[in-house]
Amino acid sequence: MTPALAIDGLSVEYDDFVALDDVSLTVAPGESFGLVGESGSGKSTLLRAVAGLAPVSSGTITVDGQKLGAKRDKAFYRKVQMVFQDPYGSLHPRQTVDRLLLEPLAIHGFTGTEGRIIRALDEVGLPASFRFRYSHQLSGGQRQRVAIARALILEPSILLLDEPTSALDASVQAEVLNLLEQLRATRNLTFVMVSHDLAVVTHMCDRLMVMQSGRTVEELASSDLAARRVTQDYTRGLLTASAGFRRDSA
Amino acid sequence: MSEATMTRREWLLTDRPQSRLQARLGRAYVAWRRFTANKLAVIGLVIILGLVFLAIFAPLLAPHSPYIGDLAKARLLAPGAGHWLGTDDQGRDILSRLIYGSRLTLQVVLLVAVIAAPIGLLVGTVAGYAGGWVDAVLMRITDIFLAFPKLVLALAFVAALGPGIGNAIIAIAITSWPPYARIARAETLTVRNSDYIQAVQLMGASPWRIVLRHIMPLCISSLIVRVTLDMAGIILTAAGLGFLGLGAQPPLPEWGAMIASGRRFILDQWWVAAAPGVAILIVSLGFNLLGDGLRDALDPRGSGQ
Repeated sequence: MTPALAIDGLSVEYDDFVALDDVSLTVAPGESFGLVGESGSGKSTLLRAVAGLAPVSSGTITVDGQKLGAKRDKAFYRKVQMVFQDPYGSLHPRQTVDRLLLEPLAIHGFTGTEGRIIRALDEVGLPASFRFRYSHQLSGGQRQRVAIARALILEPSILLLDEPTSALDASVQAEVLNLLEQLRATRNLTFVMVSHDLAVVTHMCDRLMVMQSGRTVEELASSDLAARRVTQDYTRGLLTASAGFRRDSA
Repeated sequence: MSEATMTRREWLLTDRPQSRLQARLGRAYVAWRRFTANKLAVIGLVIILGLVFLAIFAPLLAPHSPYIGDLAKARLLAPGAGHWLGTDDQGRDILSRLIYGSRLTLQVVLLVAVIAAPIGLLVGTVAGYAGGWVDAVLMRITDIFLAFPKLVLALAFVAALGPGIGNAIIAIAITSWPPYARIARAETLTVRNSDYIQAVQLMGASPWRIVLRHIMPLCISSLIVRVTLDMAGIILTAAGLGFLGLGAQPPLPEWGAMIASGRRFILDQWWVAAAPGVAILIVSLGFNLLGDGLRDALDPRGSGQ
């Protein structure tokens, strides 16, 4: 079976800084793949490189068996969409929810926009009365729902999630994660999810990759992580850190 | 509360609008309320609306002809019952000339704004969004235009194109777009790497679409404010060109040209030059007050987010 996403020997450099160094991974269709690591480990850069927002210096990215060039075409954007980390920064401040959702449809020349917008709002659990609100009239969780609706309105098969819940408070986090879970199940989506929260990743993902300073530390199944079957010291360190602060170990 | 019992104010301020139009009107209403809270800004608006009113109804409002005077009996009369603001050296009623002159002033201001603001907006946003050599080329051109003193460059253009109100407008427009390009570029740079612009890139939008539909709307409010504040300067430049005889040509009742012709009698018949001078002062003041009010009303940072 062709993998939904295959990355081979990918490197990203900003001027002289190597943000991503020779990273490879494959994600099967319908799979949920997690990327974990500390801040600056290159996990977000990996997502951005796939989306075409980061300068790739070497390596290949293959989506559904098609190798991506330096320029992405429109067909790519219908297949791959992304949800950003900060819902306060990812929605245009001068556009209503309606306009935000209409834009991707207009770019790709979809018909029946009216119905699609209403359906998209319904799918992410927002009432239709939110349709003509501006983003500043929405809460953080509602904004992230709009961002998810916007990403899904083009009916992509792969969704890139860049810490989709880290800017939200705990109860809203759970709501949004459940929403994503449910959407993945109904639409058979492939997820690539970045998070620094190991609990979120073990809950959401089948497999995951641990990264540190732009390199792969190890790749493992989330059941292994849950059972603490890890081979690398760095991963062990992450696990300890995520268990929380303990006075005796400090 | 049902739809029918809503007052118009509640309909505008509702946080769940039912249509695109209602959302837009609600937003405009909030800006309007912020604007009217500033009394000086309202005074400015009233002055400008008064100017527009004078310009539209000039033939009905002017008591005499602005062009034909009574050379035999009415030369350089002091302000009085027959001629409220007196008459000039050709026996023409100064009030009538001022009222007709409002048309020229408004024409200059509007045309300069309509020509210069879009040029500046386009150059600035394209330079800011494209970056690289496009940015370098566009901004160096802008720098060259900025380096010339405005009035001197306008003088050079008028000298090359010939005197006249149309050429004066073109000359002022050519010299006034660079600051707008600067502002638009600065605004563009602050938003070009934001997540919401990248989100649009990720939808496959073309660069032109991003610049025109997503970046420009964010630059427009600061540009409107700047243009309004510049209008006083535009009026003064036009008056300056008129004063030097390079703007409107006689017998057009352009305010700057009127001051120039009144200069010869300024000690004995002060009203000939003073009346158009006061008119320029009031209208400039009106635009400045309006601009200040718009800045407070349109500033996105203060828009209750």
